[in-house]
Amino acid sequence: MSPPVSRGFRHFRRPTAGEQDRVPPGQYVAQGFPVLSAGPTPHTPLPEWTFSIRQAGETLKSWTWDEFQALPAQDVTVDIHCVTRWTKLDTMWRGVPVDTLLGQAEHDAPYVMAFSDGGYTTNLPVQDVTNSQAWVAFGYDGQPLAAEHGGPARLLVPHLYFWKSAKWVRGLELLDHNQPGFWESYGYHIYGDPWRQQRYAGD
Amino acid sequence: MATAAVRGRLTWQTATVTSVMRETDAVRTIELEVPDWPGHHAGQHLDVRLTAEDGYTAERSYSIATADDEPVAITVERLDDGEVSPYLTEELHAGDQLELRGPIGGWFVWDTSDGGPLLLVAGGSGVVPLRAILRHRQRAGSDVPARLLYSSRTLAEVIYHSELDQYRGGVAVSYTLTRSQPPGWTGYSGRVDAALLAKIAWPASEHPLVFVCGPTSFVEAVAGNLVALGYPAGRVKTERFGGA
Repeated sequence: MSPPVSRGFRHFRRPTAGEQDRVPPGQYVAQGFPVLSAGPTPHTPLPEWTFSIRQAGETLKSWTWDEFQALPAQDVTVDIHCVTRWTKLDTMWRGVPVDTLLGQAEHDAPYVMAFSDGGYTTNLPVQDVTNSQAWVAFGYDGQPLAAEHGGPARLLVPHLYFWKSAKWVRGLELLDHNQPGFWESYGYHIYGDPWRQQRYAGD
Repeated sequence: MATAAVRGRLTWQTATVTSVMRETDAVRTIELEVPDWPGHHAGQHLDVRLTAEDGYTAERSYSIATADDEPVAITVERLDDGEVSPYLTEELHAGDQLELRGPIGGWFVWDTSDGGPLLLVAGGSGVVPLRAILRHRQRAGSDVPARLLYSSRTLAEVIYHSELDQYRGGVAVSYTLTRSQPPGWTGYSGRVDAALLAKIAWPASEHPLVFVCGPTSFVEAVAGNLVALGYPAGRVKTERFGGA
């Protein structure tokens, strides 16, 4: 069955040839940097900030802000895709690879739950946050990451919808099974691959 | 029913426009007949997909404007640099069809059992899901006290004005106009700041439940000020709108 055609729907340009393989289906290229969050922006003072790797209620490893800053960081330029349909190309971040963090905690867990100030959580397979695919980012566009965009530090997992890149992240809980995080409990997809349009549960 | 077996999977379906109502110069409420609608809760949204004659498609999300037991409607503001909203507000007529799926979202919703007192804070067309909450409260016969603080640039841009003005008993609606005020304006003027919130908001000791919807900078400021007034962050639900 073919969809109804909206006569008079004056659409914009299609993505250019250079963008075509970078803009997932159903997305459009945004120039600004929109924000999506469920509540007030938390402001944790840096002296109180830690990043922890936890498992079964135990803290396997924890870094203070200064210790975290001393870890080797990388500059990465990536495209990001929000489930609300904006895609932003060539965003520039600075952060510590999750490989470096999980590498300091001995484990064989298949899943993590990222947890944040404000109670936000999101679930991810370990294989999606390792192998140079994810960072804990504290810099954006050459500046410290602004609080409204998740600062002082957020997860950056650019190959999944951006709600997986948890803002105000404070650590990773290692899990032996997959379980839904915050948005995943409210109808959003358990995995969130933008190239397969996994926006909502069942997509 | 076949649909029950696949509940949880949101499938695209063809909806028919039953009416387009003018709210303001730039805003229309579009009522839709959706043959297979599973029902919605106040505060949820839906996705619209348009297909152009050349096959190009565009999708956007819109808040649902109606109460749980009402037909589906969305209220859309025309954004001049937008792609989808000019079509929805200027071209679409009763009888036209479009694709949609929903309802979506389970966080920014309110039901009578969630209680209150309710504080609803709207910036511009952020009033849409809050209007759905007020309508649901009314139609469900709830006596949860509610206050709506609605910030608009001008009086002419206030959406649902006559409807909101009809609320009595248990619902108090306050407006603030940020850009210009007509002669004799008795509402508030200027942006929603800490002082205005302190005047309108329930004391934190009453354990209010808050819904804030509007542009990002508005939501950031309001939510931050409410936390400063002693509201626990977990009782302040926010939703930003964006997109074209």
